[in-house]
Amino acid sequence: MEYVNLFVRSIFIENMIFAYFLGMCSYLAVSKTVKTAVGLGAAVIFVLAITVPMNFMIDNYLLKPGALSWLSPDLAELDLSFLSFILFIAVIAFMVQLVEMIVERFAPALYGALGIFLPLIAVNCAILGASLFMQQKDFSSVGEASVYGLGSGVGWFLAILAIASIREKITYSNVPASLRGLGITYIITGLMAIGFMSFMGIKL
Amino acid sequence: MNALRKKLDQLKKPFAKGEKWEKFAPAVNAFDTFLYVPNHTTQKGAHIRDSVDLKRTMITVVIALLPALIYGIYNSGYQHFIQLGEQFTFWDAFSHGALKVLPMIIVSYVVGLTIEFIFAIYRGHEVNEGFLVTGILIPMIMPVDLPLWMLALSVAFAVILGKEAFGGTGMNILNPALTARAFAFFAYPTYMSGNKIWVSEASNIDAISGETLLGSLAANHEVHYSVWEMFSGSIPGSVAETSVLWILVGAAILIFTGVGSWRIMLGGVIGAAFMALLFNLWGVNALMNFPWYEHLLVGGLAFGLVFMATDPVSAAQTFKGKWIYGILIGIFCIMIRVFNPAYPEGVMLAILLMNVFAPTIDHYVIQANVKRRKKRVSTATVKSA
Repeated sequence: MEYVNLFVRSIFIENMIFAYFLGMCSYLAVSKTVKTAVGLGAAVIFVLAITVPMNFMIDNYLLKPGALSWLSPDLAELDLSFLSFILFIAVIAFMVQLVEMIVERFAPALYGALGIFLPLIAVNCAILGASLFMQQKDFSSVGEASVYGLGSGVGWFLAILAIASIREKITYSNVPASLRGLGITYIITGLMAIGFMSFMGIKL
Repeated sequence: MNALRKKLDQLKKPFAKGEKWEKFAPAVNAFDTFLYVPNHTTQKGAHIRDSVDLKRTMITVVIALLPALIYGIYNSGYQHFIQLGEQFTFWDAFSHGALKVLPMIIVSYVVGLTIEFIFAIYRGHEVNEGFLVTGILIPMIMPVDLPLWMLALSVAFAVILGKEAFGGTGMNILNPALTARAFAFFAYPTYMSGNKIWVSEASNIDAISGETLLGSLAANHEVHYSVWEMFSGSIPGSVAETSVLWILVGAAILIFTGVGSWRIMLGGVIGAAFMALLFNLWGVNALMNFPWYEHLLVGGLAFGLVFMATDPVSAAQTFKGKWIYGILIGIFCIMIRVFNPAYPEGVMLAILLMNVFAPTIDHYVIQANVKRRKKRVSTATVKSA
């Protein structure tokens, strides 16, 4: 039950896009068609689901104050948490490289469509954000961290899927010239966030 | 009639192409088409001859809204006198309600239509009739004591950002009336929820219990209304959302004329009933123990499902998509009611949320259809080969 709550909460209530407005750059740039949006969304789910638990392990067994005490009792005083940014980023970059190779090998068309935004997942704020939220939330087990990572990814995926289908739909709309492209996308995102407000304040 | 036509044509002269007032032509044309059916014919391509155009559709919705609106006007007065414990006649209640509700309708129409006309003139497109419905829906879903300037601001937000930014009628992604209500709800929460606002002129009186049914349930208070009162609508609530009876009359008109989708309405009822039944079995707090059939009667669920969810622009477009869309609205509505203590009323946000996902549902329904047909083609060619 605990896991289900965490999963639902990270998808809807603490949605990366609509609650924190994280990961906006690729969300805005790659949401022109549903197909590429699904590809990028899947990549983000994959990266988040792996990096968050990995970073959880690193945080708990290397960086936290006293985390190194499993090595020898002398290191119990050691606090390496100032290294967390750099190590988290390294793990994320590593995972993104892996995803990039896999996508290039198995879905070259998608690789071409995603272009620069695939390697840019490495600096997608939603990904580092999830790792830092994980650190802040003080999860008790690696299971919780993976559920949280997966849920955040699914939330981001849903958001980009919804906006991509809306943008496909409004290609037929007579949007004022000055608002075409990014302008209307920002307005849509704001209106979508109103829809997602329905989940604010739910305590699970 | 001919004389009127001639007079109009004469009046329209300065607005014709190349003349002095050309820019204001959309405004004049809007009044013209209000009186006469335009006789444009398409020059090429497919011709569809049908007397049902956008205007007829919109007027049908307005007619379907009238029973609920008239009852809502009466109920506004009725709640006022009942809660204050005064003697009153039917006409007292009705005129009190009319004095409250008619200004809201006028403000909503004036603000909204002014913006529509400005956009139409500035952008050179015709004024559409879509706002006829939106303009009457917005006052119907607001609390009766909402200050008029807040109403005006919400209407302006909904029309400019919710609709005109997307290019006007038929292009918006969220239902404009609900956008207005959500704007007011999040911008002025103290005027949109609580237990004093649902009865007119009651904010200074301490000894009333004017909270809505769902509000009192969320606060774990005793409910003292009978099922018949919930059905007929003599309970506090937004102006016209309370009477399920008269909303059903509107629903019958919408379904009979084919303007509203019965798939969405039925789907919503099924989804809400299913979810409420599930919570009944679980039954931890007052909202969960509230019988499922009463969940269907209270709050804005009936009004939202009949008049908001069926908005043909922001709803799902495919038949299968409409079922999914309707059922999910019902499910989310009850879930928000039960789980979210901040919003005892869930239907507004449930519909907005599903408006966001309606294009996604359509996309996958269409893709599934394409896949099925491709498969059919490939099996057919295999057989013939």
